[in-house]
Amino acid sequence: MNLTIGLLYLVSAVLFILGMKRLSSPETARSGNLISAAGMFIAIVSTIPLLSGVTGKSAFHHHLLNYILIIAGILIGLIIGALGAYLVKMTAIPQMVALFNGVGGGAAALVATMEFLTHAHHPGTISSSFAITMLFASFIGSISFTGSLIAFGKLQGLIERPITYPLQKIVNGIILFGIVLLGIYLAGIAHNPVIFGWFFIISLLFGVLMVLPIGGADMPVIISFLNSFTGIAVAADGFTINNVAMIIGGTLVGSSGTLLTILMCKAMNRSITNVLFGAFGKVATKTSPSASIKDQNVKPITADDVAVMLAYAQLVIIVPGYGLAVAQAQHQVRELEIELEKRGVDVKYAIHPVAGRMPGHMNVLLAEANVPYDRLYEMDQINPEFKRADVVLVIGANDVVNPAARNSPGSPIYGMPILDVEQAKQTIVLKRSMNPGFAGIENELFYKPNTRMLFGDAKDSVSKLVNEVKKIK
Amino acid sequence: MTGSTVGLFLFYIFIMAIFVGFEVISKVPVILHTPLMSGTNAIHGIILIGGILVLASASSLLAFIFGFIAVVFGSINVFGGFMVTNRMLEMFKRKKK
Repeated sequence: MNLTIGLLYLVSAVLFILGMKRLSSPETARSGNLISAAGMFIAIVSTIPLLSGVTGKSAFHHHLLNYILIIAGILIGLIIGALGAYLVKMTAIPQMVALFNGVGGGAAALVATMEFLTHAHHPGTISSSFAITMLFASFIGSISFTGSLIAFGKLQGLIERPITYPLQKIVNGIILFGIVLLGIYLAGIAHNPVIFGWFFIISLLFGVLMVLPIGGADMPVIISFLNSFTGIAVAADGFTINNVAMIIGGTLVGSSGTLLTILMCKAMNRSITNVLFGAFGKVATKTSPSASIKDQNVKPITADDVAVMLAYAQLVIIVPGYGLAVAQAQHQVRELEIELEKRGVDVKYAIHPVAGRMPGHMNVLLAEANVPYDRLYEMDQINPEFKRADVVLVIGANDVVNPAARNSPGSPIYGMPILDVEQAKQTIVLKRSMNPGFAGIENELFYKPNTRMLFGDAKDSVSKLVNEVKKIK
Repeated sequence: MTGSTVGLFLFYIFIMAIFVGFEVISKVPVILHTPLMSGTNAIHGIILIGGILVLASASSLLAFIFGFIAVVFGSINVFGGFMVTNRMLEMFKRKKK
């Protein structure tokens, strides 16, 4: 690596850091992303002079096919990436991020694999520590690849509830142990390509097995977790091919992704081990809250009644959830907010840290509908206000308002911080049906004396509310 | 520099980058967690460089196939990642008028 390339890599590293820094404020976030993209562009372009250096031969025509394939590969990736990024619906963004992360992990695993196989042809060219780095990158990248694909399948609804089987943890433990043994053999005894092939395949399998038992509600944490995995794998690849830009880029993602994963777990009051091994959402599917609650019926309500309550309220708090996102009801909700404000009603949005499918997902959707930032309140800010609220509209949210998190120690979500919706004078739950939420847990809130259910598609229901509120003179 | 000092130097950079990664996002508000995850996801697309470098030196059929897939994957990661992040953030911008 010559001085110019080194300095250009330094520039791109600085741009990555500045970009991530600017991503931490709504005003500068967009420019932050563009700055990171500029850093990426510089890093990739300044790599071009290295191409001849890698082969040791500078003759361009010797490697014409290689260069054609590089350009074709980049173009194909560009087209697929652009189509994916611009055609995906806003609600499906979490699974799109999972896919983009997965392919990154796959690329990291392949790069490490190829490095290993190349060196295996020339015995004695790698030290054990280098071999370990390659094996590590291949292992972590493979997990990230197949794990992200499973996460995609779960968020897309292709794979339903967590898949568990007897002795699952023991089987996974044995497989992990087998991978470690193969790794030790490959690094210390013989750089055998066939054994390495098995190492690679079993690592891919392990990624599948690791994510299968994890419930859909925990997928955001898993995506963040695998995102940092890919970062670490990329950094390890950077060590094996001596590329400082990859080390810095990968490490930045690895460490920030780890922090983000921890923050997300904290928001749910769970540990990462509990998320990984808890099979969350499985056990709970059939446990009902308690017989006394089960005996009660839910109390449905009509849109015109809700409209009257809303129109004469002083403070209305809206709790948006994934159901709102699925129904694409954010614009109607904004319309309702405007109508209520015209009548002097104070409208606030209560955003649970894990509302939607990812932290911040709900904010993105409401921003799309032009809801001002200052109406969005985080959990700690809004919880003391529920007492004052005349009406709380729970739109397509379920687990984040489930009192079981506070009251029933046996519940799988026990201990998760929730929005104190039940303290409000009146709670209206907009829901499609009585099916339990994504985590598969019954919700006592629906049976409380001051809760009414407005059944139907969130978009239709909110549209009706808007019309009814308009009619009230 | 000898081989081992280069390795040590890279290791220094690695350790520093860990701290920078932690520090730089420690004050991110919850509302930006999704864009941040997506934005950092795009940054690890720098693996594209690795894919390009190994494909450039490929000579066997297996290396061509693996290298080509690595480049396509890395390229999807980079372009898709930045574009989807930009699309998310555009929504934040439009409403600030």
